[in-house]
Amino acid sequence: MSEISQSQAVPAPYHRSTADVVKDIIRRGAVFLLLGALFILFTAAQPAFLTVNNLMSVLQAVSVVAIIGAGVTVTLAIGGFDLSVGAVAASSVMAASYAMIVLGLSAWQTVPLVLTFGALVGLVNAFLIVKLKVPDLLATLATMFLLTGLQLIPTAGRSISVGLILPNGTTATGKYDPLFLLIGRSSLFGTVPLPVVLMAVVAVALYVLTEHTRFGRLLFATGGNEIATRLAGGNTARIRTIAYVLSGTLAALGGIIVAARVGRGDVSSGASLLMDSVAASLIGFAVLSLKRPNVLGTTVGAVFVGVLLNGLTMLNAPYYTQDFIKGVVLVGALALTYGFSRART
Amino acid sequence: MPLIDIENVRRSFGSTRALAGASLVIERGEIVALMGANGAGKSTLVKILSGVQAADSGSIRMNGQACAPQTPAQAAARGVVTVHQSTDLVGIPDLTVADALLLNHFVDGRQPFFLTARSVRRTAADILREAGFDLPLERRFSELGPADRQLVAIARALSMKAQLLILDEPTASLSTEEASRLYQTVLGLKARGISVLYISHRTADIAALADRAVVLRGGKDVAAFTRPINFNAAIEAMIGRPLNAARPQARAALGPVVLELRAVQLHRGTARFDLQVREGEVVAITGVLGAGKSRLLSALFGTHHFAGGQAFLDGRAYAPRNPAEALAAGVVMAAEDRHRSSLMPRDWPGETIAATISLPHLPRWYPRGLMFSGRETQEANKAIARLGIKAQSPHQSIWALSGGNQQKVVLARWEAEPSRLLLLDEPFQGVDVGARQDIIAAIRADRSRTTLIATSDAEEALEVADRVLVMENHSLRPEHQSDAPAPLEEHA
Repeated sequence: MSEISQSQAVPAPYHRSTADVVKDIIRRGAVFLLLGALFILFTAAQPAFLTVNNLMSVLQAVSVVAIIGAGVTVTLAIGGFDLSVGAVAASSVMAASYAMIVLGLSAWQTVPLVLTFGALVGLVNAFLIVKLKVPDLLATLATMFLLTGLQLIPTAGRSISVGLILPNGTTATGKYDPLFLLIGRSSLFGTVPLPVVLMAVVAVALYVLTEHTRFGRLLFATGGNEIATRLAGGNTARIRTIAYVLSGTLAALGGIIVAARVGRGDVSSGASLLMDSVAASLIGFAVLSLKRPNVLGTTVGAVFVGVLLNGLTMLNAPYYTQDFIKGVVLVGALALTYGFSRART
Repeated sequence: MPLIDIENVRRSFGSTRALAGASLVIERGEIVALMGANGAGKSTLVKILSGVQAADSGSIRMNGQACAPQTPAQAAARGVVTVHQSTDLVGIPDLTVADALLLNHFVDGRQPFFLTARSVRRTAADILREAGFDLPLERRFSELGPADRQLVAIARALSMKAQLLILDEPTASLSTEEASRLYQTVLGLKARGISVLYISHRTADIAALADRAVVLRGGKDVAAFTRPINFNAAIEAMIGRPLNAARPQARAALGPVVLELRAVQLHRGTARFDLQVREGEVVAITGVLGAGKSRLLSALFGTHHFAGGQAFLDGRAYAPRNPAEALAAGVVMAAEDRHRSSLMPRDWPGETIAATISLPHLPRWYPRGLMFSGRETQEANKAIARLGIKAQSPHQSIWALSGGNQQKVVLARWEAEPSRLLLLDEPFQGVDVGARQDIIAAIRADRSRTTLIATSDAEEALEVADRVLVMENHSLRPEHQSDAPAPLEEHA
């Protein structure tokens, strides 16, 4: 990604034939064309697929992955990689449940607390990576392990639900704040689930931030050529820190949504979130044939996987084929990104 | 019959003609110097001879037989071996010198599969004896200095039964003493009937060694000189016009002192030096690779720090801790190796001409953070017009441009906002002659600032600067005047 290649002095052609233009459109729009094809295929096979309710359930199912994926995308943009997002989300589920059931906090206290927790994990990651110069993958892998273990300690490995018996023998007296549960279970105008609204807000906000702001330009500049960015006066340490804090905070937001949907702190929640959000970010490379992390692509990538899984489930594909299907999509998307779009215009 | 007879060789890259009908004859046991400005086609000719690239047309004959090596290995098998400028690629840092000498034996299977330290050492000693050098075989390759690495590369070339040795800027990183040892080695090769194609900018090398100097310009051989070589004529042939025109008129009427260095020391233990540069002045610092030119510039830009002494900018003490502070003080730098120091990778955001120019100026051009206005496009359009950048639009990828145009974009970045001190480190690296003229004109046109240029090419230094200073062993030598011929003879 950060490789800089030597270029020969080949001027770009001035005129492109119609065939080239069509090819270019197909290449750039491949993911959207495939998505359209899936819609037609699934609707033909199962008319119930194309209903507002079903489409909203697809979006709801992918909202958490899309939100966490947006954070991963930001870390990819600075040339890093946040492997700890799944663990941050999972421990955020536990933290939210603990805050309400054991500590008896309200939704207004729990949400800021959990978001702060995510931001702090991001700061720890940034400290390891920026100050101690631990490579990104290793640092975030280490925090992933740390959090996966840490979330089990306060409850001695038990899941958190109403009436939890604490390690010291007493019973927890709190319960989930109904207001908190609304985050996962209410809908805007009775049709658009709140998590989908949150996903849209995060996607738009991060899209604008990464593609249309000075800060976004510096994010990509840091990832593209950190030396050049520093020599241009950029504070790359601060930029990288902000990226990890953003990623941690968004992962915590994902965890809050999961907790609000499930209504309990399950120790195994969020097991697949890391893989799914990383896959969404990588599938996003193929969107518009950008070959680079981009928030729009990540969101589309998450939706693409959601549509495919939903449609296939409606066609009675067994649940255990899901991971295989995700794998196929990821391999296909990467092949499309790097293999078939090599010819440059 | 000559050893090598190259006739009318052509080679193009896209629309750029690197070689436009070059011819070159090398006799057995002859040392031929290949001269030419950047972009004249020297490296392309060498690459064709050594099998790295193929010629589009033309003929190459070796000992009277047609010869068109497809790979460096094929060229080596025919006795054409190249010793490249960067000799750190000759061996592997953690292995010994003996291993480095035998590297291609390991690859081509001339060594048995199972090795003993003794057998390796014996073969390596044989190779050294044949070459007539003395090197510490048991030392780690990484502990060898550049001069000894060069010897390793040459010894290896000789062990391949080289008939033609191509030396690419061999003295670029050597001290004067090491260079004169290299001269002895090269003259020894000549005495054994080995031909040498010697590529160098340094007139001292060529004067000491070459039987003949061939000058390339615009991809053609434009002149040849036999010993004793008339360097003024050779350099005029290289740049294609009289030497006097190449040297700028010394400009008087200078402004106030912008940069002043007092008893500055680059490293602990190196000699202290002073420097005064005035507004409107262009000063070039030349010297061999590793003389400390880049170090001086990076200390002024805040990526390194002086070991001692004081710097003043417009009369105020100046000691930037990082590039951001230097930029805030009005000191800007286009560092050497633009790919590494200035450009975003291909297909990555920020790879366009406009974004390359705007990167350091984003806070000023987009104070509210949002980038919806077309400020960077306007600035890029201005730069394209002013510097004559050959591009179709400001949003074209920088990677679609030639090296010279890329460098113009990098210069445009630092000229987009007014500055007090412009630092340019090797600004003519990989820049063709035409673009070089445009860049020189742009550098000299702006007299509201001071420009300090580091270049290892004295000819370039004379061409661009009002004043040329020589750096040696991390210290500036007392001043020369650019109109005196001395620096050209000693260091060109």
